[in-house]
Amino acid sequence: MRFIFKTHYNQDIQLAKHSGHVFWYGLLLLLLVLSPVLLDEYWLAQLTFVLIYGIVGLGLMLLAGFTGLFSIGHAAFLGVGAYTQAVCTQAGMSFVPALICATGLSAAVGVLVGLPALRIKGIYLGIATLSFGFIVEEVLARWESVTGGNAGIHLKAPNLWGHTVNSAEGFYFLCLVLAVISTLGVLNLLRSPTGRAFVAIRDSEISAQSMGIHLAYYKTLSFAVSAALAGLGGALYGHKMQFISPDQFSVLQSIDLLLMIVVGGLGSVHGAFLGALFLIVLPQLISLTKDSLPDAIALAPGLQSLVYGLVLIAFVLFEPMGLYGRWLKVRTYLQVFPFYRRGLFKRQKTFQKSERVR
Amino acid sequence: MSDTLLQAHDLSVQFGGVRAVHEVNFDVRQGEVFTLIGPNGAGKTTVFNLISRIYNPTHGHITWHGPQGVVNLTQRPPHSMAQLGIARTFQNIELFEHASVLQNLLIGRHVHQQTGFWQNLLFTPAVRRSERAFRAYAEQVIELLDLQHHRDALVAGLPYGVRKVVELARALCTDPKLLLLDEPSSGLNTEETDDMAFWIRDIQQELGVTILMVEHDMRLVSMVSDRVLAMNQGQVLALGSPSEVQSHPRVVEAYLGSADDVSHLRRNTP
Repeated sequence: MRFIFKTHYNQDIQLAKHSGHVFWYGLLLLLLVLSPVLLDEYWLAQLTFVLIYGIVGLGLMLLAGFTGLFSIGHAAFLGVGAYTQAVCTQAGMSFVPALICATGLSAAVGVLVGLPALRIKGIYLGIATLSFGFIVEEVLARWESVTGGNAGIHLKAPNLWGHTVNSAEGFYFLCLVLAVISTLGVLNLLRSPTGRAFVAIRDSEISAQSMGIHLAYYKTLSFAVSAALAGLGGALYGHKMQFISPDQFSVLQSIDLLLMIVVGGLGSVHGAFLGALFLIVLPQLISLTKDSLPDAIALAPGLQSLVYGLVLIAFVLFEPMGLYGRWLKVRTYLQVFPFYRRGLFKRQKTFQKSERVR
Repeated sequence: MSDTLLQAHDLSVQFGGVRAVHEVNFDVRQGEVFTLIGPNGAGKTTVFNLISRIYNPTHGHITWHGPQGVVNLTQRPPHSMAQLGIARTFQNIELFEHASVLQNLLIGRHVHQQTGFWQNLLFTPAVRRSERAFRAYAEQVIELLDLQHHRDALVAGLPYGVRKVVELARALCTDPKLLLLDEPSSGLNTEETDDMAFWIRDIQQELGVTILMVEHDMRLVSMVSDRVLAMNQGQVLALGSPSEVQSHPRVVEAYLGSADDVSHLRRNTP
């Protein structure tokens, strides 16, 4: 077990709490940098998607996991980002300005959706964001002069200051850099007063308000940041897919995103990336195991959805803290070995119900 | 009066046909412990919620005589109360359950943040400095209220008595001028109540914070209060020192019923 002897407040403020963090995250970063060498082209593409979904997951995690506002229409922000990127690059803008436009427009749409969210909570907010998702999908399909309608739209390879990023490796590094920047940004927010305000709103709006937190401002801000990250992810997604059409941003995609953060572990930054890993790798695993399954099962339609559904149910029932929660338990088991006892993580139920002033 | 901190003028609130609070007038003086007592449903917590702007009064208003000058509280949004220097605790603890005690206290420093969103996003040196200052302040409060052992514990796992103290600590972290305590001793045992009384005195005398509280435990009330306001059914019954109010005939009547009420039950003894 590691005991940290704290001698300065900075130790609680720093991102890396001890040398172990520096070592392991350094190793992870090194592996990520080396992966174009280590992985073949197919798996590198999958890893790129993990990074892209990780960025989107960060956004949704900030909104749902840290501010407690659920969005069942998050694919819409992804779509806004992807289409803005497509339209901007087709108009001749280079990659970075177009990316800023995509992120900015998504954030603006996020503010627009966040405004009604100030008045509605819980399941009603879910329904509102769900219908917003439908609206955006419909707009993308019908506004043919800009979006190309159901025929979709093609994206060129990103153009960085005159250099065209044609190779898969180049684009992978682009995604890696943006993913690292987004993660650091979210971590910074979370350790600052802004992030604490988000968590306060999640846990008790009434006392957040009495602590001087402007609910409307912070809820809208959370929506904006979340949408901006989804837009950023969407723009990268568009470039990676090279072709986008409205049905890629349907409600199914939104549910995938939600599934991703729940499986990853609500309320943890790790969870966003673990969830993305899960979301990308699971279909691959299913198709790999298909070969060894009898035809009756392997060729059955909806096998993937079935497995997805079962996994989600299993997580909600047995591991509500998701993959990250499971990892914490494994880590603790290893740290205290051989002193782990059953029920170490059994939480006491608190029976005091507070009748909250709403 | 120059030493008045908070003044309620004809404060009334009506929920449908219920007059929860009816034309209540009182003033809280700088540096005192002012207690509201009364039977259940007397409107004490409603008065609290009026002051912290969770409810809007249907009639009347509240004025705040703080360092900012005279402010009409009823025209201010709820989140600006902490900015003015009014902090509160809740009858049913409202802590941020999934955060550590320290984080709860740091949220109390929220109103003192000088840095904006973009600075926070980049975690500039200014943010780092202010985080350190917040932490130093929170540590002072931790020391005052003996919370060192629970500093890094999640609130969700803490016993009720400790949560009460954490809530008090969080309110203190806002550096308030006026502290509203909603039943600080409910759910505490005798020993914890004595600690609470001690801290309330400490906060009042050493930090110079004015305290307005709702309390049922008359032992605690008489230990710490300078003045007591008794309410029943939304109206003021009596105002004065703890002993005066306790022996006030209308207060006794509100709690125990009047002598006439039971007269017909008496046995006719010769």
